[in-house]
Amino acid sequence: MSLAKMPKPEDLAKIDLQPPRQGWMDTPVEFRPGTWCYSAAPKNLKILGLPNPREWQPADVDWKLPANWPEIILQGMKDRLSRFRSFKLFMDICVRCGACADKCHFFIGSGDPKNMPVLRAELLRSVYRRYFTTTGKLLGRLAGARDLTVDVLKEWFYYFYQCTECRRCSVFCPYGIDQAEITMMGRELLNLVGCNINWIMEPVANCYRVGNHLGIQPHGIKDSLEFFADDIADRTGVRVEVPINRKGAEILFVTPSGDLFADPGTFTCMGYLMLFHEIGLDYTWSTYASEGGNFGLFVDHELMKRLNAKIYAEAKRLRVKWILGGECGHMWRVLHQYMDTMNGPADFLEEPVSPLTGTKFENAKSTKMVHIAEFTADLIRHNKLKLDPSRNDHLKVTFHDSCNPARAMGLFEEPRYILKKVCNYFYEMPEETIREKTFCCGGGAGLGTDENMEMRLRGGFPRAKAVKYVREKYGVNRLACICAIDRATLQTLMEYWVPGVEVTGLHELVGNALVMKGEKEREVSLRGEPLLTKTKVDHHER
Amino acid sequence: MIISLLFILILLAIPLIAGGWGNLFFLLGIILPYLAFFLFLIGFVYRVWQWAKSPVPFRIPTSCGQQKSLPWIKASFFDNPYNTLGVIGRMFLEIVLFRSLFRNNKVEIREGRPIFAGAKWLWLAGLILHWSFLLIVLRHMRFFLEPVPQVINLISFADGFFEIGVPTLYLTDLLFISAVTYLFLRRVFIAQVRYISLPADYFPLLLILSIALSGILMRHFYKVDLAKVKNLILSLIVFRPEIPPGIGLIFYVHLFLVCGLLVYFPMSKLMHMGGVFLSPTRNLANNSRRRRHINPWNYPVKVHTYAEYENEFREKMKAAGIPVEKE
Repeated sequence: MSLAKMPKPEDLAKIDLQPPRQGWMDTPVEFRPGTWCYSAAPKNLKILGLPNPREWQPADVDWKLPANWPEIILQGMKDRLSRFRSFKLFMDICVRCGACADKCHFFIGSGDPKNMPVLRAELLRSVYRRYFTTTGKLLGRLAGARDLTVDVLKEWFYYFYQCTECRRCSVFCPYGIDQAEITMMGRELLNLVGCNINWIMEPVANCYRVGNHLGIQPHGIKDSLEFFADDIADRTGVRVEVPINRKGAEILFVTPSGDLFADPGTFTCMGYLMLFHEIGLDYTWSTYASEGGNFGLFVDHELMKRLNAKIYAEAKRLRVKWILGGECGHMWRVLHQYMDTMNGPADFLEEPVSPLTGTKFENAKSTKMVHIAEFTADLIRHNKLKLDPSRNDHLKVTFHDSCNPARAMGLFEEPRYILKKVCNYFYEMPEETIREKTFCCGGGAGLGTDENMEMRLRGGFPRAKAVKYVREKYGVNRLACICAIDRATLQTLMEYWVPGVEVTGLHELVGNALVMKGEKEREVSLRGEPLLTKTKVDHHER
Repeated sequence: MIISLLFILILLAIPLIAGGWGNLFFLLGIILPYLAFFLFLIGFVYRVWQWAKSPVPFRIPTSCGQQKSLPWIKASFFDNPYNTLGVIGRMFLEIVLFRSLFRNNKVEIREGRPIFAGAKWLWLAGLILHWSFLLIVLRHMRFFLEPVPQVINLISFADGFFEIGVPTLYLTDLLFISAVTYLFLRRVFIAQVRYISLPADYFPLLLILSIALSGILMRHFYKVDLAKVKNLILSLIVFRPEIPPGIGLIFYVHLFLVCGLLVYFPMSKLMHMGGVFLSPTRNLANNSRRRRHINPWNYPVKVHTYAEYENEFREKMKAAGIPVEKE
């Protein structure tokens, strides 16, 4: 669904947060166009060896489920209750205090009560109670329990693919109940009977076989990077090298493939190339591990592990010392909280040390993977980069904390430190909308597809309105972020809600400000905008 | 809500009938308390054991502050703990002061944009409810311990500091009743909260409210012989149960409701009392890159190896000048 077909922003913003009269258990789900994602194509499930590949769509009456689907789901629940304390605990201890209710961007943007995290969890809890607790078995609905029916399954599908696993609710929950965890379990269960979406499964299948979500083949990656090198030469007069699959390099660099493919991520990618060239980093790209992102996280824990395994395998094959990771949100959730546990120990690598500053990244000494914002902040702190922030003077920048680096890591100061060094005009959005309270772009966790446009715009509504606030107050025209999904989805969000604001990665701004040895005088930014300093000088001369 | 109210009325009727007409004090004063306490203990331990049985495969703390990375960036010790001490601090703040709930705010849509307003009432009422509950329970220890420890007397003294009425009105009683009433009315009148509420949400509030009211009635209106009450309780503790004759019926109502709470506790959401300690988004240090977290059920998975990858793309790689393993 394109933006043109959407209702006007002022109409979409007429949101009523009051719940309807009818109780939620009696309100069946309605698959309204624009609010759900297409089903996964069977070929993608076949590549991955996943159950029940078939042609179907969520709006169909018959979902072509296996005959024994309720048993599969209930057995799956039983397995997961015994394997994940989080799941069991979160099923049991919610008191429905409602603190999470208005913390979800999808609820704020849609007013649909089942998007209150507490109710989204109750969709699953009600079934848990019915089959796994004594009170639920005996008292049924009186105990908040209900049977597992096809309608319930459809409701799960609709709402677990209307949660971006952003974890904002868990910040406010007095017991730390994390809807992301519940959504992940819900999606795992749905996957057991083949109910999944193509915007997730196609990238996963691509990543598994070809190495990255977009399915860019090895020569395509080389072409892209060389194309960026040409652009950099054009802008700066400096030719950067593009090392690919090079054995014996000190560092393997892994970033989301979105940065190789689509604007504005490509400009961020140019920023990486320029930075690495300028500091003379001994590093390599990989075509096999050419994806930092991991849409397996949005399917199940096993698939996440299968995709993630490539990063360590490739680091081992290329005999690098440690790994550097680019700007991405959910990628960093996987790298920070899961990779070492799933695919470690990385005993074949060395503890990361910055070759320029000698800084030991002790916070990454087991996983051996460092975030580029940590790396660059350290470089700037040690005066290893010559920066001219006035080259970003045409920009008034605000910073969107991406959900996962914020709430599954706590990466707040590193990007801000860099931003303040590379641009002169930086403004924070309101406190309730940044750092650990940051709002999702509305398209994370695999939901950033066009057929889901209405829901994306609704989910992104609180974020967009916070940007609008700083646009009106300070004239902000650039929204910086450290996430590839953000770079893809926020752009659309801005076009719709806050025209005049464009999206940028952090290292695009670094690239603009970076003074390179042997460069020519810069006239335009990486994305080709005339530099303000330059125009001012011209004006003066005239 | 109606159902919960009905349930409470039934619960109230049982001791009134059993005690008032049936003279079943042996049942109300001895058998039920033993049974209830036993069920509470077994139930509570069983539930916690059930949770503890499931492992924590991944380290998934929710980070609510700056991580510990570079030495010159100040890390948030409590909101994003990086060591055990920080976790203890975080859990302390969470359990004693309800840190996360304190963050609460309220969203309204006005003129097409979300407006964030403060919303500390839930936090305040929750905090008052839990703290006064704790103090009330501690105060009751004077019926369980002989001699009564100084600290218990001190709590009672401080609680009755204002010396309003005879016997002194306890401050915690007032606070408790107000907090429970607020939390109940909130469920009834705030549409969103009403929408998510189950009978299991109204019932415990009404139950503890009834317990508190029956206790207050007993203390200030239908007075009972507290020496006899203490004799009964001490006799239960030493397993030589004996019912002193002539304790007022209101005491048995109070006791019965407490027994009801004890039995209900382990099978209800009230188990959040035990569960909050186990929550993996709160009780783990955010150090998963610094130290490897072990998943006890980690199993090998099918992967697409580099060799398989190169086999598919070797010619294209060679043509593009990308190094390969096998020429």
